[in-house]
Amino acid sequence: MSGAALGSDVRTQRTRPPGVPRARRRLTQRRREWIAGYLFVAPDCLGLLVFVAIPMVLSFVLGFFESTGFGGYRFAGLANYQRMFSDPLFLNSVTVTFIYLVLFVPLLFCVSLGLALLVRQKRPLIGLFRSLFFAPNVISLVVVGVVWQFLLVDNIGVVNRVSDALGLGTRSWLGDPKFALASVLLVSVWFFMGYYMTIFLAGLQDIPRHFYDAARVDGAGRVQTFRHITWPLLRPTSLFVLLLTTITGVGGLQGFDLIYIMTRGGPNNATSLAIFYIYQQAFQYSDFGYAAAMASFVAFILFAAMLVMFALTRGGRFDYD
Amino acid sequence: MTTTRRPDAPSRVGSFSLWLGIALLSLLTVAPLVWMFSGAFKTQDDIYGISPIPPHPTLGNFVDVFTKIPFARYIFNSAFVAIIVTLVALLFHSMAGYALARLRFPGREIIFTSIFATLLVSVPVILVPLFIVVKTLGLVNSYWGLIVPAIFNAFGIFFLRQFYLSLPRELEEAAAVDGFGYWRIYWHIVLPLSRPLLAALAVFFFLANWNSFLWPLTITENPNLWMIQVGIASFQQQYAAAWNYIMAAATVAALPTLALFFVFQRRLAETIKFSGVGG
Repeated sequence: MSGAALGSDVRTQRTRPPGVPRARRRLTQRRREWIAGYLFVAPDCLGLLVFVAIPMVLSFVLGFFESTGFGGYRFAGLANYQRMFSDPLFLNSVTVTFIYLVLFVPLLFCVSLGLALLVRQKRPLIGLFRSLFFAPNVISLVVVGVVWQFLLVDNIGVVNRVSDALGLGTRSWLGDPKFALASVLLVSVWFFMGYYMTIFLAGLQDIPRHFYDAARVDGAGRVQTFRHITWPLLRPTSLFVLLLTTITGVGGLQGFDLIYIMTRGGPNNATSLAIFYIYQQAFQYSDFGYAAAMASFVAFILFAAMLVMFALTRGGRFDYD
Repeated sequence: MTTTRRPDAPSRVGSFSLWLGIALLSLLTVAPLVWMFSGAFKTQDDIYGISPIPPHPTLGNFVDVFTKIPFARYIFNSAFVAIIVTLVALLFHSMAGYALARLRFPGREIIFTSIFATLLVSVPVILVPLFIVVKTLGLVNSYWGLIVPAIFNAFGIFFLRQFYLSLPRELEEAAAVDGFGYWRIYWHIVLPLSRPLLAALAVFFFLANWNSFLWPLTITENPNLWMIQVGIASFQQQYAAAWNYIMAAATVAALPTLALFFVFQRRLAETIKFSGVGG
């Protein structure tokens, strides 16, 4: 790229002719660094601009337009937004997303922290156990979806057979509106728990050893040690996990992939998460303007949630107090 | 349980039962994958059997998956797209990460903050406008449409920048004195030094793209361009209750990712830990 030219510049530094003033050479040198800097960041900046920033802005703009058949758009003012708030299916999808989120975040948090505490100490084969807990996360969500669908088959699937054998009877896990969302939720937690376990493990390892030594000298039990040492010192990691799981809960890929594979939003729209409903409006009914308006709304809610979180953590400070 | 027991020195029996509990829990975690794997080798009649050991093991499901649908084509597409995206992403992100960590130029901090802010944006949320942008560029139903938008990702830039900040400056300075330009310093000094990190990111990117579903589903209608996850989703609709076929297809899709994970797990764990520490 710019290698040869830049290289020759640095070379002049050594063989500078005596007549050239020093200040001017410095300036050129600095300019060269500027140009190199811009050229180095250019490909990524351009890509992020075109494929992330522009779509973000476009999403907002598009929300004020309605599709007129084949690729045409007409300014519609707030019509999409008005329609949104009187669309029972959209309101339902917001409710479903909300229920999913308020269960997903705390459940995933507790399960992955619990796992991290369990596998924290060195024991025989602990590395293998950690890997096994993590393994679901490297599998694609599509495969996760079909495998669980297979296990959850009505009446004769493995899960129903086991629950029947345990005297709990069988259930239509994905076909009954009472259980479908919970089933998808548990599968999501199963998929993510190893990932967040690893993050928690890193956080636990950052807690200085001498705190635990001091606690032992003071005769603190397990519960006390956790309450007074682990929990407060793990705060930065905990907040980070809360932030990440909230983003994932609302806009994560699992919210689309698992629903698409396992339930298609059913039964009776019980698992119609917002991002899945938006996808349906856009790509099954070609209603891009309406879909963009709903996506803007979801992005806005997510953004507001982030602001609240940043305010609560005093500007996103994840450091120790 | 005595109150005076030290947290690090539990009794032997307690320690063993805890170990056993962890072992059983970890096996329970991967049990669904075991049933996927065994289901791939079961016959249609045995598929709902609860035993994870196939009573009449068969390779017929795999044969059918590869002959009934162009599964090899889907595998090729996924491997091709994932490898190209990974290579280009590593190049671009290390360039950007290096410049943001080392080179001084006006606007650097603003650029970095803007890149960082895009971490909050996920594909499902910008899917519709992203599709319109890619359509406008004429990339729908093409390998370009699968590859180009998948390259750009702030996490990789952030990850590499953090690493370059911790790299000692001396080597680069020595190279500069020797008359190396910025590109040569980057190519001959910085890149070789970041090889372990690039390997970790490569696994991460490859997995993400191999496993990617929503974007390939949205951008390709032409079955010749389908990636493996799209192929499985369509296969599942076509052969709704033929779970032995579907498990065979799922196994083929999952095996490379599990193999990569078990070979590179330490490096992958470093990447994830960083995402916890660095965020």
